[in-house]
Amino acid sequence: MTDATTADGAKGPPRRDFLKLVTGAMAAVGTGAVVWTFIDSMNPDKATIAAGAPIDINLAHVAEGQQIVVLWRGKPMLVVKRTPAAVASLKDQKIVKLLSDPDSKVDQQPPYAQNWHRSLKPEIAVLIGVCTHLGCLPGYFPKPSATTPVPDWPSGYFCPCHGSKYDLAGRVWKGVPAPYNLPVPPYHFLSDTMIRIGENPPGQNWSMSNIVQM
Amino acid sequence: MAGLFKTEIKNPVLRWVDTRLPIITLMNREYAVFPTPKNFNYFWNFGAIATVQLMVMIATGVLLAMHYVPNTHMAYASIQTIMRDVNYGWLLRYIHANGATMFFIVVYVHLFRGLYYGSYKYPRELLWMLGVIILLLMMATAFMGYVLPWGQMSFWGATVITNLFSAIPYVGNHITTWLWGGFSVGNPTLNRFFALHYLLPFVLLAVVFFHVVALHITGSNNPLGIDVKGPQDTVPFHPYYTVKDSVGICVFFLIYALVVFFAPRFFMAPDNFIRANPLQTPPEIVPEWYFLPFYAILRSVPNKLGGVTLMFSSILVLFVLPWLDTSKVRSAKFRPMYRPFIFLLLIAVVVLGEVGAHKPEGIWVLLGRIATTYYFLHFLVVLPLLGKLETPLPLPESISKPVLAAKTMERA
Repeated sequence: MTDATTADGAKGPPRRDFLKLVTGAMAAVGTGAVVWTFIDSMNPDKATIAAGAPIDINLAHVAEGQQIVVLWRGKPMLVVKRTPAAVASLKDQKIVKLLSDPDSKVDQQPPYAQNWHRSLKPEIAVLIGVCTHLGCLPGYFPKPSATTPVPDWPSGYFCPCHGSKYDLAGRVWKGVPAPYNLPVPPYHFLSDTMIRIGENPPGQNWSMSNIVQM
Repeated sequence: MAGLFKTEIKNPVLRWVDTRLPIITLMNREYAVFPTPKNFNYFWNFGAIATVQLMVMIATGVLLAMHYVPNTHMAYASIQTIMRDVNYGWLLRYIHANGATMFFIVVYVHLFRGLYYGSYKYPRELLWMLGVIILLLMMATAFMGYVLPWGQMSFWGATVITNLFSAIPYVGNHITTWLWGGFSVGNPTLNRFFALHYLLPFVLLAVVFFHVVALHITGSNNPLGIDVKGPQDTVPFHPYYTVKDSVGICVFFLIYALVVFFAPRFFMAPDNFIRANPLQTPPEIVPEWYFLPFYAILRSVPNKLGGVTLMFSSILVLFVLPWLDTSKVRSAKFRPMYRPFIFLLLIAVVVLGEVGAHKPEGIWVLLGRIATTYYFLHFLVVLPLLGKLETPLPLPESISKPVLAAKTMERA
């Protein structure tokens, strides 16, 4: 008897070929299943995820124009109480025309922050202070300056690593290495002076994984 | 049928081993009597030096791992322990940290030797490609090793480099999270980088083994770039090249020792003597010198995905180099048009290295773009065209011909 004949002598693909195929397929599926567990073991563990639970921040002691930086999930959260001048700068056409995405069309923020001030309230800014180029910490330069950090500085954020520029709402300039606006985390107001970062306002359902780029 | 290897070894103990595992015969064939072109210059030392340096790195690395703690709370302090408390810990660390620099110097010379003398051409294409894999593994290992001291540059370098992967469309963010094992560079990242930094050198060792096996199949290239015609063109590897390599290795160790003992911190970034702080970016993030040309290519494009793609392409283009260069002549010695271009490439890479060390502003942006453009033009346009346009100089008949001719001239 040769390999090519089936036991009952019927026409069609030899039985051995079929068995080889099925065995091979099962081995591939089994290997894939095991390899996935190996790969997934490198994803964030339970403790890391638990440590990334929402945090509450009291804004009562933040002065006007001041920025506080709070570490959440290993990333700096920038919380600013904007001055009226800073709020006005967000609508200043001289600045807006420098921006690559002034209307926040790219999903770098929850829908409730997709507005001209990129926040729930115009006078409070909450941003993730991670440059969308390569993850450096952009510096906060809220006042116009002739020299710092670069000549003819209007106001905003400046990344020291590769010179990316953002306005005070974290909107990125045209012609800089960073491709997107600074991300806005999910957050909401618990009271007039308390915010919770990491949680959407009641009724909202938005996940940080929607952010195009952290 | 059971059988023993037929050996010529006479010593009864060695004979007993060699008939069962012919390792002695093998070593004798591959490293003693192995016929090697007789016209090597000192550029042919660098493969051997690189191998020795890999051993040095593994030896010092294993010893350092006995004292190092891969934990964000303790890593920085454990480096201080190594420097102050561990017997000769300072020596081990300085040998290891500067060893990376020495390793890259040697490998870059080795690589340029290959470019200049056309060592990547038929029949050594696979040998060359294995070399490119070695380079990639070295880069990955060096990068992860640099993260371990958990200084400011370690942390921010790791942040910048891992963020490169977020440029990949759709899956980029998932990949970076997976690389970090968290929401940012943190303890899980440090821990796995240590595991991989320990693993990769052994993978590297395996690839080096294949690199050498492939070399021993095709035989070495030589400064004339012509094939060995017969026994008159070769000398046995031992003692001729064991001795010549030893000379190179001694000079290498001499320079290495000068760095380790007299300027051990010359290549170290002052910022890395500050403990990692996720809330403060150093004024300037500069990678180690051996990454600067690639860093400059990355920054020469005002688009993230573009920059990342170009940076990785700058290495990947080396994989296909054997097929980009259309000239059959190997050595630049006989390629009058190729010679200026290969030095232009060298200049472009050096310029890129300098650009990478400066803030991307003013003249540096322009220089970076020009040099990047040339880098790719060289491989993708110049090399394919040169093979068609250039008239090579007449090749010598054999390796021994010009050698003997020079000898006769000397005598006359």
